[in-house]
Amino acid sequence: MTIGIIVFPGSNCDRDMRWALEGCLGLSTRFLWHEDTDLSGISAVVLPGGFSYGDYLRCGAIARFAPVLEQVHAFAERGGPVLGICNGFQVLTEMGLLPGALTRNQHLHFICEPCELIVQPGSCSWLQGYNNHERVTFPIAHGEGRYQADADTLKQLQDQGQIVLRYASNPNGSAHDIAGICSKAGNVLGLMPHPERACDPALGGSDGRRLLSSLLALA
Amino acid sequence: MAIYRANVQVSLRPSVLDPAGEATRAAATRLGVTGLVKLRIGRSVEVELEAPDAETARSQLELLSDRLLANPVIEDWQLTLATGEQQP
Repeated sequence: MTIGIIVFPGSNCDRDMRWALEGCLGLSTRFLWHEDTDLSGISAVVLPGGFSYGDYLRCGAIARFAPVLEQVHAFAERGGPVLGICNGFQVLTEMGLLPGALTRNQHLHFICEPCELIVQPGSCSWLQGYNNHERVTFPIAHGEGRYQADADTLKQLQDQGQIVLRYASNPNGSAHDIAGICSKAGNVLGLMPHPERACDPALGGSDGRRLLSSLLALA
Repeated sequence: MAIYRANVQVSLRPSVLDPAGEATRAAATRLGVTGLVKLRIGRSVEVELEAPDAETARSQLELLSDRLLANPVIEDWQLTLATGEQQP
C-alpha cells in the first residue's frame, strides 16, 4: 500500500508528512508532482500544507487547476481517502471537494501554536480512532484559516455531522469554531491543524498519530 | 479577431469580515483621516483578450471571473468591458 503525497511548487509540509507516514508509522509513500496524472497503486492521497503557487490570487486558487488534481477529484468521487491539511484544506475547498472557503484570520496574525480540538468523528473514515467529543492537541500554523460558508451550508454541515473538528478556543474567528470538515461520504477530510506535526513524542505530542494510523486499516 | 480590454473588480461579499480593511481603517484614523466609516479591500484585474466578437469576449471573461479570479463563496465580481473593439 502506498500513500500519495501531492507536491505543488510551494508545498512545504510534504516532507513532514513523509516522515510522519514512513518514519512514525512505517507506511510507504510516493510524492506526486503537481503535473503527474498517474495515481495507479495509490491507496490514499494527502494534500500537504504550504503555499502552493505562492498563494497567488487566493490560497489554493491556482493549485485547483493542477493536472494531478483532476485525478484526485476522480479518486475521491470513487470513495478514495483524501486528506487535505492547511493549504491542502484550502485547495479542497477551491476544487469543490469540500464546501466553504478559508479566509484571512480575524486578527490578521499568522498563528503558530498548539491548539486544543474537539473531535466528533461521525462517519469520517480518517477519525475513527478517536472517541466522540475527545479533546486532542494539534499544532496550527496559518494566516488564512477562518472557515466561512453561507448559513445554509453551515446548517447542512451541522445536520449531516460533517463538522468533525472544532477549536476548543477559537483562534481565528472560524464560523462555528470549525477546524476541520469532512465530505458527506466520510472519505475526504480537510483540516487546518497539522496532525503530521503531532505524530512523534519528540515534537511534544502524538495525538495526530491515530488520524494517520487510520491508513493502516487499508493495508 | 480583435482585442477586448476589460477590468474585473473582485470584492469580498458584504457579509464576509475584511480584517485587512479593518486594520487599514484603523491606520487611516491614526494618520488623521476623519469620518472614515467603511474601508474594504478588493482586487482589480486588468485583462486584454482576443476574440472574434464582443459576445465571445464577454462569455470568456465571465468564465474567468466566476471560476478563477473570484471565489463566489466569499467574493463578488464585476466585469467592465471597454466598449468597442480595439485593434492590436
